[in-house]
Amino acid sequence: MFLQHLADGILSGAIVSLGAIGLSFTMKMLRFANFSHSELLTWGAYAALVFLSFFSTFGGFFDQTIGPFSFGLPLLFAMACACITTSLIAMFLHLYVFDRLSRSAGHMTMVFASFGVALVLRHLVTLIWGSDPIYYSNELQFAILLPGGVRVMPDQVFLFGLTIFTVIFLHLFMTRTRTGIAMRGVAESPSLAQVSGVNVNAIILWVWIIGASGAAMGGVLYGMTIQLRPELGFSLILPLFAAAILGGAGSLYGAVLGGLIVGLSENLSVMIIPTTYKPAVPFLLILLILFIRPDGIFGERKR
Amino acid sequence: MIGLVSYLVFFLILSLIFGIAVLGLNLQWGFTGLFNAGVAGFIGIGAYTMAILTGPSRDAVFGGFELPFVIGLIGAMVVSGIAALAVGIVTHKLKHEYLAVATFGIAVTIQLVCLNWEYLTGGTLGLIGIPNPTKDLAEGPLAQNALFLCIVISLGLITFIAIENIVKSPWGRMLKAIREDEIASSSLGKDPARIRLEAFVLGCMAMGLSGALYVSFIGYVSPWDFLPILTFQIWTMLIVGGSANNRGALLGALIVWGVWTMSGYVISNVVPSEIQAQGGAMQAILIGLILVVMLLLRPRGLIGEELQVSRHARSLND
Repeated sequence: MFLQHLADGILSGAIVSLGAIGLSFTMKMLRFANFSHSELLTWGAYAALVFLSFFSTFGGFFDQTIGPFSFGLPLLFAMACACITTSLIAMFLHLYVFDRLSRSAGHMTMVFASFGVALVLRHLVTLIWGSDPIYYSNELQFAILLPGGVRVMPDQVFLFGLTIFTVIFLHLFMTRTRTGIAMRGVAESPSLAQVSGVNVNAIILWVWIIGASGAAMGGVLYGMTIQLRPELGFSLILPLFAAAILGGAGSLYGAVLGGLIVGLSENLSVMIIPTTYKPAVPFLLILLILFIRPDGIFGERKR
Repeated sequence: MIGLVSYLVFFLILSLIFGIAVLGLNLQWGFTGLFNAGVAGFIGIGAYTMAILTGPSRDAVFGGFELPFVIGLIGAMVVSGIAALAVGIVTHKLKHEYLAVATFGIAVTIQLVCLNWEYLTGGTLGLIGIPNPTKDLAEGPLAQNALFLCIVISLGLITFIAIENIVKSPWGRMLKAIREDEIASSSLGKDPARIRLEAFVLGCMAMGLSGALYVSFIGYVSPWDFLPILTFQIWTMLIVGGSANNRGALLGALIVWGVWTMSGYVISNVVPSEIQAQGGAMQAILIGLILVVMLLLRPRGLIGEELQVSRHARSLND
C-alpha cells in the first residue's frame, strides 16, 4: 500500500505544484496572498470543458483518442485555450482590481479583495455550469500495473509527464530569456529592476500569465484525472498555500517541490490518521514550516 | 403587519448576532491589525460549546449537560478564548498574510473536527434541540423572538461598550500604536507580541459569544453552518461598515445581512425552484462584488476610523 500512496501522492502533488507556481510568484512579486488564485484552477478546468465541446464538433480526426489515454487532440487544444482564457481573466483582475488597489491602498487590502474575487469567481462557475460533478470523457480506462503492485491510469502518467515538461520549460524561460531574467530581477527588487530599464508593469503581466496558465493546466489535469466541480480550486486552497510557503515565495523549484511534499504528505498521512482528517494535513505543514523556517525551504533568509 | 414585524425581529436578531462577531473582528483587525481569516472557526467553537453545555443529553454523544443559558454563554466565551490562546501562541510570530493563511487553515480544521468527531459534535447530523432561553418566559413565537431580541440587544450593547472602552483605554491606544508601527511601540517598552495575543483572544471571545447566541436562537448546530463563506461575510460586514469604528462594524452587519436576506428573498421568488443552487450562488456573488467594489471605491468603509489627534498636539497648535 505504501508504494500506491507514494504514487498517488506524487500525482496529486504534481497538480498542486502547477497551481502553486503562480501563487508563489504573486506572493513574492506582487507581495500579497492571493486567495482567489485557486479559483483560476476551477476556471481553467471549466474553460477547457467549453473548448472541448467546441473542438469535438469537428469530428473525424478529432474524435480519436490518443493511444491508451482517455482523451484526444481536442482536449490538448482545449487546454491551451483554457490557459489563454485564464490568463485573460487574471490580467483583467490585475488591471481592474489588484493593480488599482496596490496603488491606492496597502497590500492587505488586496488580500481582502482576493476574498471577494474568489467568492465571485467560484459562484459564477456554479451559476454557469451548475454544482454537479462533470467529466471530460466517459471513456473507460485500464490501469497500468507498475512493479510493486502500484496501479496508475494512463492519464495520470500524462499528468506527470506534462508537469515535468512544464517545469523544465519554465526553468529555461526563467534562466534563458530576457523576460524571465527580468522577472527574477523584479522578484528581488522592483525598484532596482525599474532603474535598470525593466518595464515592471509588463513583467507583472507576465507573472499573471504564467501563474494563470499553470493554474489552468493544474485544473484541467485535475478534471481529467478526478472530476470537475465548482469547489475544485477552493478545496486546493490550503495545499496551494502550503506548497508556496513550504517552497518559499517566488521560487519555481520551491513551489514544485512544495507541491510534491504536500501531495505526498497528504496521501501518506492516511496511513497514520483517519482519511477524513486528510484536508488538515496541508495546514499542519504550513504551521510547521512557518514555525521552523518562516521564509520557506528555498526562500532567502533575511539578514 | 404582524408578519413584517416578526420578520424584522428575526432579521435584527441575526444581524446583531453577526454584529457581535464583527465587533470582535474589529478589535483584531480594525484596531490591532491582526488578520484573522478563521472567524467561522471561532464562531463554531462558541456554537458547539453552547450546544454541548445547554443541550439535552443523548446517547453516544458527549455533553448535553442542560446547564442554564448564562453558563452556556460564559462557557462558550471561555472555550473560544482558550482556543484562541492556543492558536495565538502557535502563530504569534506570523504577520499579515501568513497569519491569514494559518487562521484560514485553523477554521478549516475546526470544521473538519466538527464534521468527524461524532462523539463530541454529533458529526454531520450536528446537535439538535438546543433550548431557547425565552421558551418558558414568553408565549408564542413573536413574543419569544422579541424577548430574544432584547437579550441580543443587551449583549450586543455590552460588547459594544466594552470594546469602545477597551480601545479608548491606554491599553487600546497601544493596540493602535502596534498596528501603526510595531518597532516604535516596542522601543517604548511595550510588548507587541503579548498585546497582540491579548487582543486576539478578546476578539475571538466575542466571536464565541456570537456563535453561542446563534445556536440558542436557531436551536440546532451543524458543521455546515461554519463554512469559510461565513468568514468572508463577517469580513465584508467589517469592510462595508468601516474598520476601526465599532459603530461601523454594527452598521456593516446590518447592511450586509440585509442585502444577503433580501437578495435571498428575491431570488427564491424569482428563480425557479429547480435551479435554487444557482440562486444561492448569486447571493455569494453579490457579497463578493460588494466587498470588491467597496474596497475600490470607498476603502475606509461607510463610516471609517475617526482621525484622532492627541490632546497635547492640539494644544501645541493653539
